[in-house]
Amino acid sequence: MRRGAAALWGTLGVLAVILLWEAYKFLGPAEGVVVGADGSTGSGVMILPRTNDRAMPHVWDMVARLFQSTSGGDTPPLIVPVVTAALTTLGIAAVGWLIGVLVGTLFGLMMQRWKLVEWGILPWIVVSQTVPLIAFAPVVNSLGLQIDRGGFPWPQWLSVAVISSYLAFFPVAVGVLRGLDAPDRIHEDLMRTYAAGYWQTLLHLRLPAAVPHLLPALRLAAANAVVGAVVAEVSIGMRGGIGRMLIQLAGQASSDPAAPWGPTFGTIALGLVAAGSVALLGLALKNYRRGEATA
Amino acid sequence: MSPATTTSAAAVRATGVGKVFPTKAGEVVALTGVELEVRAGEFVSLIGPSGCGKSTLLRLIADLDPASSGELSIFGKPAAQARVDQDYGIAFQQAGLLPWRTVASNIGLPLELHKVGRAERTARVAELAELVGLTEFVDRYPDQLSGGMQQRVAIARALASRPKLLLMDEPFGALDEMTREYLQSELTRIAAETEAAVVFVTHSIPEAVFLSDRVVVMSPRPGRITDVITTDFGHDRDDALRESPEYFERVTAVREALHGVKVERANER
Ligand SMILES: Nc1ncnc2c1ncn2[C@@H]1O[C@H](COP(=O)(O)OP(=O)(O)O)[C@@H](O)[C@H]1O
Ligand SMILES: [Mg+2]
Repeated sequence: MRRGAAALWGTLGVLAVILLWEAYKFLGPAEGVVVGADGSTGSGVMILPRTNDRAMPHVWDMVARLFQSTSGGDTPPLIVPVVTAALTTLGIAAVGWLIGVLVGTLFGLMMQRWKLVEWGILPWIVVSQTVPLIAFAPVVNSLGLQIDRGGFPWPQWLSVAVISSYLAFFPVAVGVLRGLDAPDRIHEDLMRTYAAGYWQTLLHLRLPAAVPHLLPALRLAAANAVVGAVVAEVSIGMRGGIGRMLIQLAGQASSDPAAPWGPTFGTIALGLVAAGSVALLGLALKNYRRGEATA
Repeated sequence: MSPATTTSAAAVRATGVGKVFPTKAGEVVALTGVELEVRAGEFVSLIGPSGCGKSTLLRLIADLDPASSGELSIFGKPAAQARVDQDYGIAFQQAGLLPWRTVASNIGLPLELHKVGRAERTARVAELAELVGLTEFVDRYPDQLSGGMQQRVAIARALASRPKLLLMDEPFGALDEMTREYLQSELTRIAAETEAAVVFVTHSIPEAVFLSDRVVVMSPRPGRITDVITTDFGHDRDDALRESPEYFERVTAVREALHGVKVERANER
């Protein structure tokens, strides 16, 4: 019942976006609206985008392009390299997610156990997220290259995974910290009456009670890991992933305007698969979500 | 549970026990000069207006908070040792079941934490479920049970380690009158069967009188014991007792003992 309604709203949302796109394309001016132009090309401020087929291809053209050959001749339909690239990025993002979850959990555990650690590092964890990815992606990349040259094999995708884990660990650290502090006072008292130690309390009370806080954190981490992986690929110029493909096809957009939409759809699908995997995890853990307020 | 537990020693012995909470607004004297002895197998209720330190006294006995002064011994040993030895079981006003565990695994939690083998645990859980009349519900989850059933699970869990002392803080406080009376009768039966001493916190006079061998009357600011009323009803307590003249006599005695503090309570509001 609920799930059916969710699927319905999801479909309606997608349809609404398509409709808006096509409606504006149909009604809007072909060359857009520019104010303050003085006659020379490129002057003025564009307040409404162009609607011609080069700027805004029809949705059906974007979809059809997926099934046309990638770059003419015998090359396979565009969807094949899109899927391959998306899977490559998905794999890297998954590694980044795992690293992020491990590191974030470790931080969360330490901060929950020792208040002093929380005071000491929580501000830094928050600050870390304000450093733009593109600023330190090259740093990670060159570190990776040095390690690789030093004899320890360090493939470029590992740098991408590390960079994506940088975005993924944050929600996990905060979620674990909040989640482990979630148990009711009465439950903590009970564990004390059982003379249960830190690890027993962690295993039998804190971790299970943290699940409702952890699932949203893991979902956020998955989305972050995907974004991180795509941006990292682009900023360190790794080949084979969907980020690089997006940039490449966007460069050819003037001659093939529908093509960059292929990898764009690929990226969206990637995010959905990542979030869906975490949702599956939530299903597996449904007993730990009993009593959770239905939202 | 531990061999050091000697049945001859009193279940609880408090001498000059006091508790002071340091708060931002100054010190709160929650308890002062508490003298109390609970014999093995005895059922003792603590009654008094809210804020008179009933919960605090129970938490001191359970070693959930340390006493500020005086001495407290449980079966002849310090409260901390008694807690580690699992000499008591405890139940609160909220059942406090773990929502992700079934009834059976909630009851078995203390045993699991103390590394009791699976076979022994299963047998003990079945026994306890039977004792509280929940055999058919062992595979349910807490959110599928009524409040009264949840409270029975909590009692079974408190009894899991076969403690000789049961600490209960208004365990029936959140239940409707019908369920309450039913569980009171069940509790007298369970206490008799397990031969455990019980320290039972309540603010219901009929409840205290029906259940207890002795009713300890407390008064607030500072929290202290003002009176102790013995009931002498023996072990057999059924619904006929609730209508007997002796019962009403004790109810009146407890009410009068509380009366002095009732005036203070009116001021408190
Ligand atoms: N953790 C605490 N910190 C400060 N004051 C407390 C604390 N616990 C209880 N008190 C105070 O001690 C007194 C007794 O409380 P309590 O034992 O809960 O009373 P009762 O259970 O009889 O209603 C009250 O005045 C209460 O405000
Ligand atoms: Mg209380």
